[in-house]
Amino acid sequence: MIKLNVNGQAKAVEANPATPILWVVRENLGMTGTKFGCGIGQCGACTVHLDGKPVRSCSTPISAAEGKSITTIEGIAGEDGTLHRVQQAWIEAQVPQCGYCQSGQIMTATALLEKNPNPTDAQIDAAMTGNVCRCGMYNRVRQAIKAAAGQPVTKETVA
Amino acid sequence: MSKTETGSPEKKGKWTRRAFIGAGVVAGSALVVGVAVRQGNPVDRLNPLLANGKDERLLNAWVKVDADNIVTAVIPHAEMGQGVYTALAQMLADEMDADWNKVRILEAPADMQYVSDSIARDFLAPDLEVPALFEPTVAGGILELAQAMGLQFTGGSYSVRATGQRAMRTAGAAAREMLVAAAASEWQVPAGEITTADSMITHARSGRSAPFSQFALAAAEQSLPARPTLKTPDKYTIMGQPKARHDIPEKVDGRAIFGIDANVPGMKYAAVKAPPVIGATVESMDASTAKTMPGVLQILNMGDFVAVVADGYWQAQQALNSIDTKYGKTDGDGLDQEAIFARYASHLDDAGEDGGDSETEEGDVAKGFADAAVKIEAEYKVPFLAHAAMEPMNCTAWVRDGKCDVWSGHQAPVKARQAAADAAGLPFEDVTYHNAYLGGGFGRRAQGDYIAMATRIAKATGYPVKMIWSREEDTAQDFYRPSATSRFRGGLDKDGRLVSWDNIHTHLFDPKDAPTVPYYKIASHKIRKVDVPMQLRFGPWRSVDHSQHGFFIESFVDELAHAAGKDGYAFRRELLADSPRHLKVLDTAAKMSGWDRPLPDKHGRGIALVPSFGSIVAQVAEVDMSGSKPKVTKVHVAADPGFVINPDGFTAQMESAIAYGLTAALYGDITLASGKVQQSNFHDYPMLRMGEMPAIEVALINGDHQHLGGGGEPGLPPIAPAVTNAIFAATGKRIRELPLAKHDFA
Repeated sequence: MIKLNVNGQAKAVEANPATPILWVVRENLGMTGTKFGCGIGQCGACTVHLDGKPVRSCSTPISAAEGKSITTIEGIAGEDGTLHRVQQAWIEAQVPQCGYCQSGQIMTATALLEKNPNPTDAQIDAAMTGNVCRCGMYNRVRQAIKAAAGQPVTKETVA
Repeated sequence: MSKTETGSPEKKGKWTRRAFIGAGVVAGSALVVGVAVRQGNPVDRLNPLLANGKDERLLNAWVKVDADNIVTAVIPHAEMGQGVYTALAQMLADEMDADWNKVRILEAPADMQYVSDSIARDFLAPDLEVPALFEPTVAGGILELAQAMGLQFTGGSYSVRATGQRAMRTAGAAAREMLVAAAASEWQVPAGEITTADSMITHARSGRSAPFSQFALAAAEQSLPARPTLKTPDKYTIMGQPKARHDIPEKVDGRAIFGIDANVPGMKYAAVKAPPVIGATVESMDASTAKTMPGVLQILNMGDFVAVVADGYWQAQQALNSIDTKYGKTDGDGLDQEAIFARYASHLDDAGEDGGDSETEEGDVAKGFADAAVKIEAEYKVPFLAHAAMEPMNCTAWVRDGKCDVWSGHQAPVKARQAAADAAGLPFEDVTYHNAYLGGGFGRRAQGDYIAMATRIAKATGYPVKMIWSREEDTAQDFYRPSATSRFRGGLDKDGRLVSWDNIHTHLFDPKDAPTVPYYKIASHKIRKVDVPMQLRFGPWRSVDHSQHGFFIESFVDELAHAAGKDGYAFRRELLADSPRHLKVLDTAAKMSGWDRPLPDKHGRGIALVPSFGSIVAQVAEVDMSGSKPKVTKVHVAADPGFVINPDGFTAQMESAIAYGLTAALYGDITLASGKVQQSNFHDYPMLRMGEMPAIEVALINGDHQHLGGGGEPGLPPIAPAVTNAIFAATGKRIRELPLAKHDFA
């Protein structure tokens, strides 16, 4: 049994310690908001937080999460269901298209703003460069991050 | 809710047979209206698929009004990010005068009764462009043409312009007219004095007002309007508005269910590997290690692929990786990418100046060249491309007791259902297909292969099985955008006017007009093709053949402009003298970009215009060539799709198509070595990332509200040539082969 803390709740799972966090979260815990994209940490679709830091859950073994807190897309809204300001900004900017990469984008963005509440465009690009969006909604992602940071959104970054 | 009434024979007689519009009471005070697809009463079959409760019945319907005055739009298309649910619901709700805040959306079930009537009719009309994406074969079975054309297909940028324009608007308008007639009858007032708005019916003179739901029952008793009056654009209240997409809230908190998220009690997981040379067979395998690995339940040699079924996906994939497989030989084993292009070249050489299959010819081309003051020639090449949807191919299937259930995301649910039926060896009727959100489609999810594979694994094991492809498998087992070569000859008269145009290119799939340029005024032209066998299987890829020909044509037009001593914009203006809509789009893009405004050293601007899927799009790209590779800084887009139903949604499609097309232009390159696809994952098949995304500005033009164009694809074809033309402007280097990663800009 591996003991975990996921979105503030204690969980225990029966799994090979080498199993990536992604598959434990999706299959053992039934939380499917975290997505499989590439399996080698190249696309960011599987991003979750480990003690608040963004990690690629497809290539991080569950053993690395013992004694730490895992936060997934299902765990960032308030306890009363109020969406995180990043999620709200995502809706405002109408960011998602197919939506498949968006859990990972949002998890990377929330971690960025925790660390750097007022990022520059270059800092946003650097933080988000590991998250691929095949629908190409990058400008809207950047716009939403800036809005969530309370920055004015300039025309240049908007479609 | 009162008892179900649809069973009564007189009502059946009323809206079956030759009905164009079907309507009927479904339950209590619910009214449903639909555009009939075919003869016969589908109620009995559709009811179990769509009913919300035992008191409610549905028929072949696009709209339902329930007792709470909620209008439900039934959408016969798949949502893959293009915003189709919202745009089609806008069209229906506007014609109906529904309250947008009380509109719900339901995806139609995978049933032949919900096949897209409008696509079918376009298919039969010889003068309309029709996607040939409806391949006649599906995983071992041949679909009847009637079935193939009736697929609930989402592709070809067809949803809004075909289904929306013909089915959704008609159904909405018919429902409104029937509600008004019912109110007029009860209130004993002329129908012409009644107004509708926000799901309310009002007769101002007598001060009466009621919600739609109050008259839904009586409305169904009204005679059916054969040709309901559609609104003119000045009356639109919901169409043309940037309504927020219905699917977005559940895509920001992990709730949205994609195919890969299917959850069936007791399901197992399958990892698969097909032969690296597509089409080869699995000759033998050594699974001695895999057998001993934890969680492994079954190891299957399916002939055309190997599957490991385990308690968890990661266990299955780990076990699969340990299997040593031998594959049979195929004709393609020795084929390399260079040989493919060499084969294209030899076919084109053989065709010469007069051979090949003629696609179109007008004027005296030979004379045009004989008289031309300047003649130029050029050859362009583009590579194979994979789709690389973010969600790898996957499907969950369960075959038991003579029935089959399938869960996936597919662009053509009826085709998916047929593929499962063929694979399970069951009649279509015994298969239930459950469609989920698509984590990207782009044409890849129009194929039935992954549905068939999962169904076969499920049948072989008896378990409900979720099959997930690795990214490596997704890259190496795609249906690819073909590589292609295109050669041009062009002749200019002494004033630099284009007088002759000769193009010959390899293979042509769809749309058939992709290589043609009827909007450009050219005195004589001929366009030909040669059919060359392709090693890789063809798949429609966002914008299909326009993705190649947009680059070919707009690159050559730019070369002609240069040869004529004119700039690309001015030269195209002359060519568009007889095409005012196109000219307006071109002018708009050029004006937005400040075309004549000087740029810094090593920066350049390029323009391209490509009409496709009924929409006209021009783009001006700005590039910065001061670094070691091209940096596209800005793209100005002007688009005329006839009428824009949802401006924000359409704008998002332009952004998306540019990102998809720019990814391909910069990096996209699927190559073969010894018959095998050499790329495997995002490290060797790179994607555009945030820092590379250009700023994008979009201007929308409503040029012809009666002829709507598509939105998902037309933004793609102009981006590659706009960028390469900009590179030429900045550096003098003409790019005739994609991707740009092949070229040295240092």
